[in-house]
Amino acid sequence: MKLSDLTQRAGEWLRGSGPMCEVVISSRIRLARNVAGFAFLSRCSAPDRQALALRLRDSILAAELAPKVLYVDLADAPELDRQLLVERHLISKPLAVAEGARGVALSPDESMAIMVNEEDHLRMQVMRSGLQLDEAWEQINAIDDSLESRLDFAFHPRFGYLTACPTNVGTGLRVSVMLHLPALKLTGEIEKVFRAAKDLRLAVRGLYGEGTEATGDFYQISNQTSLGKSEQQIIDEFRTLIAPKIVEYEIHARRMLLNERTSALDDRVFRAIGLLRNARLLTSEEVLFLLSHVRLGINMGRVKDIDINTVNELFLLTQTAHLQKMQNKKLEGDARRAARADYVRTRLGAG
Amino acid sequence: MNCENCKKPATVHVVEIHNGKKIEKHLCEQCAGKLGAVPMKGHTPINELLTNFVLQHAGNVHEEPAACDQCGITWAEFRQQGLLGCAHDYEIYEEQLTPLVQRAHEGATHHVGKAPKRVGSGDAAQKRQVILARLRKDLARCVEGEDYENAARLRDQIRELEQKQDTTA
Repeated sequence: MKLSDLTQRAGEWLRGSGPMCEVVISSRIRLARNVAGFAFLSRCSAPDRQALALRLRDSILAAELAPKVLYVDLADAPELDRQLLVERHLISKPLAVAEGARGVALSPDESMAIMVNEEDHLRMQVMRSGLQLDEAWEQINAIDDSLESRLDFAFHPRFGYLTACPTNVGTGLRVSVMLHLPALKLTGEIEKVFRAAKDLRLAVRGLYGEGTEATGDFYQISNQTSLGKSEQQIIDEFRTLIAPKIVEYEIHARRMLLNERTSALDDRVFRAIGLLRNARLLTSEEVLFLLSHVRLGINMGRVKDIDINTVNELFLLTQTAHLQKMQNKKLEGDARRAARADYVRTRLGAG
Repeated sequence: MNCENCKKPATVHVVEIHNGKKIEKHLCEQCAGKLGAVPMKGHTPINELLTNFVLQHAGNVHEEPAACDQCGITWAEFRQQGLLGCAHDYEIYEEQLTPLVQRAHEGATHHVGKAPKRVGSGDAAQKRQVILARLRKDLARCVEGEDYENAARLRDQIRELEQKQDTTA
């Protein structure tokens, strides 16, 4: 398996299948772990960091966590590859631009990604399409067990698994669901969701996590409390309460748009299709914004001639690094925007 | 009684023993200060007294450790960057961390949930972790100071301990 194989398709989590997939794009669970006896990364000397990276890589590969695991040494990887991994949600932006020994281990279907030497020594994540938190937990728990039989994780009887930042201490668990909420955005009710999330101590972030804008009406909602509740408790809250509630709001808003503002809804959807099929220069933000409306139109049965999978793939393949990787050359400015518009027109079969 | 120095009323009475001989001095406040007979302190302003009083009762008088003996991080450094330096910080700064942790986790102070299954999480393993961390720090210092002889010795010790860790897994 090579990194360039990834540019041809979307990962499993973006396949648009799974429960509640009309609104829930993906479910993600991550665990933060540190190896006992090594300082946390902000205080880790360069040789220790190197030794740690090697040791973690060997432990991960020996654990045979997936049929074929690809380990990418990020200190050696070109910038474009690192950006590609960020766009695919396989590594974080901070890890992409960090310095020193670091890496990521991936399963071929991209459901598993284990970051090495990020903020914590290990940041493991499992991603699934739709609302599949129990399945994701089962997988990541097995990964954790397997690594734990090979490594000594820093653990405190009172604080639980120890992390560099005390906000992740305890379970080291972060559950997040990526939601597509275009109707709540159009009806202006999204603010209510934000307020409710805040009251429930949940964080709302954009498509690419911390500090990113909510482009294309995608929102990541995640827990902030990792101590004092069991893993199952945190997951159950998401699975039975939080996610279904927000999905219900969004479906309600979609129904309202359909019944009371049909022309306005159709206008949005078909304007977006018109632009995507005819534009000659497109920025990635504009594509996300327009695809979001097309996706809404398909999910509501307003658009029949575009496949949902095409739209899901375009969300990813029109991003800057993907575009350049596919064309196998560096593209900037208008050349990049033109290449993006060309690619969109080819995929949507018009213009 | 008047001050021996200036004949103002004496308010400070000092008894000193010099070579087994008792010497008594009677001085006024100003002369006592000038002659260094007593450490002079200006009047403590009432607000300072109150602050000290409040701090004492808020439990803030417990001095925090100067720095972590393993990773070297100070509490102020942690507050500035938001990241701890090593697992040991959770021990030595436990008192300072507890209210922060509580605020971040809806008042929780104790972990509920998964714990490592392996034998390695016992006391012996924890001790070994502390030793390993110290050895690694010493090693880094030796390498920095180009003391390769000791560095080689430390590297062997680390390797030996790590192997022990692997076999107990």
